[in-house]
Amino acid sequence: MYPRSFHYHRAGSLQEAVAILGQLGAGAKLLAGGQSLIPLLKLRFANPAHLVDLNFITDTSFIKEERGALHFGAMTRHAEIEHSDLARRIPVLHDCAAGIADVQVRNRGTIGGSLAEADPSGDWANALITLDTIVHCLGPNGARKVALKDFILDAYTTVLAHDELVTEVEVKIPPKGSGGAYIAFKRAAPVYPTASTAVQLTMEGEICKDAAIALGCVGLTAIRAGEAEAALRGNSLTDTTIAAAAEAARAAADPHPDMRGSADYKRELVAALVKRAIHIALRRARGEQVEGTHLYA
Amino acid sequence: MPESSTVQKIAVRVKVNGKSYSREVEARMLLVEFLRETCDLTGTHVGCDTTYCGACTVLLNNLAVKSCTMFAVQADGSEITTVEGLEKDGQLHPIQKAFGDAYGLQCGYCTPGLMLSTFQLLAENPEPAEKEIRKAIAGNTCRCTGYMNIFKAVQLAGRNMKGA
Repeated sequence: MYPRSFHYHRAGSLQEAVAILGQLGAGAKLLAGGQSLIPLLKLRFANPAHLVDLNFITDTSFIKEERGALHFGAMTRHAEIEHSDLARRIPVLHDCAAGIADVQVRNRGTIGGSLAEADPSGDWANALITLDTIVHCLGPNGARKVALKDFILDAYTTVLAHDELVTEVEVKIPPKGSGGAYIAFKRAAPVYPTASTAVQLTMEGEICKDAAIALGCVGLTAIRAGEAEAALRGNSLTDTTIAAAAEAARAAADPHPDMRGSADYKRELVAALVKRAIHIALRRARGEQVEGTHLYA
Repeated sequence: MPESSTVQKIAVRVKVNGKSYSREVEARMLLVEFLRETCDLTGTHVGCDTTYCGACTVLLNNLAVKSCTMFAVQADGSEITTVEGLEKDGQLHPIQKAFGDAYGLQCGYCTPGLMLSTFQLLAENPEPAEKEIRKAIAGNTCRCTGYMNIFKAVQLAGRNMKGA
């Protein structure tokens, strides 16, 4: 399958990519890892007149710790995050990176591309929305920083102007006593999840000081399940409070029936995933090493 | 569609299996088509053509990628390994030999891609457990074997490469 013909531009720097986008107008799109965009082009769901390739720019792929936060260059591949000891410091990040699609896709796909695409079935937005995440953007008028919760507006829609791009993703390191988990439930590795959930907890002894719970693939954007979080916050995490959080998450999910399952099935799945993720997050908050949290049908 | 005279052609220089290739191609040409149609390397297969099955897997700078999900122009300046590059001096690579010895293939359509995913795995982890093999080849679909003999082939290859 061939995409429609397009003009190819190889940007030498992020500034140059912004300038090219500005010259070419809305018919130009950025090519990052391409693992979502190229399939869309081949199916001709997307038909941009111009593609601006970011893959030849140096220094856009990095992972570093600065001022209490981890910083990821926009072109950092999922596999680089999967294998990063630094990223393991925030377990949600490692879970997410290690579970996206398969080895081949993780070798190409990028964290910045995933956020900028804002696919409702994407993994990164759902995982990162439970953390204090800031998206660094660059446009013709310079740089700006946007909190992730304000960055994605709707399915496939972000605050980025057509001549603006993501340069970096900044994730604040959670306080001591924190633990998290991200679980995607998939029918097979290369497919999009049926549903996914991210849980981030901060414990003070037996009491849950803070909780963030997000649901993916069951709405037009990742959903923060505020009532599920409230069911945990300030309480000890017993079977009763965890069950209450799972029920609140079920109610917060807004799934569409499709070939992956009915709406009721997906709500049931969300409740089960939230329960499981809370248990893993809690064990990690207590300092346990818990591996491999993705599930396959 | 632009007139044929206005179609943009872009120079691509790559090293495939150690040999240099220089071609002028349309930007929309996929890497798999580039390998098969302009380099005559037809060992890399087109399976689903939708980033699912992994039959088109090649190594790009030693990392497994789906060559149906990359444009050839993106590989400019890179080193690529296809299944044709595994054999050396008429001798099968230990991975190829193990897939035969352990009956890790039947129709063979998925095999080139599986062997290259195996190549990346064994480079990082010469003695993988079955769980690790499952994760490493999760992007390669085989509709014949049921995978059990593939797991055996990967482990056999690992042992043989270690002994070599």
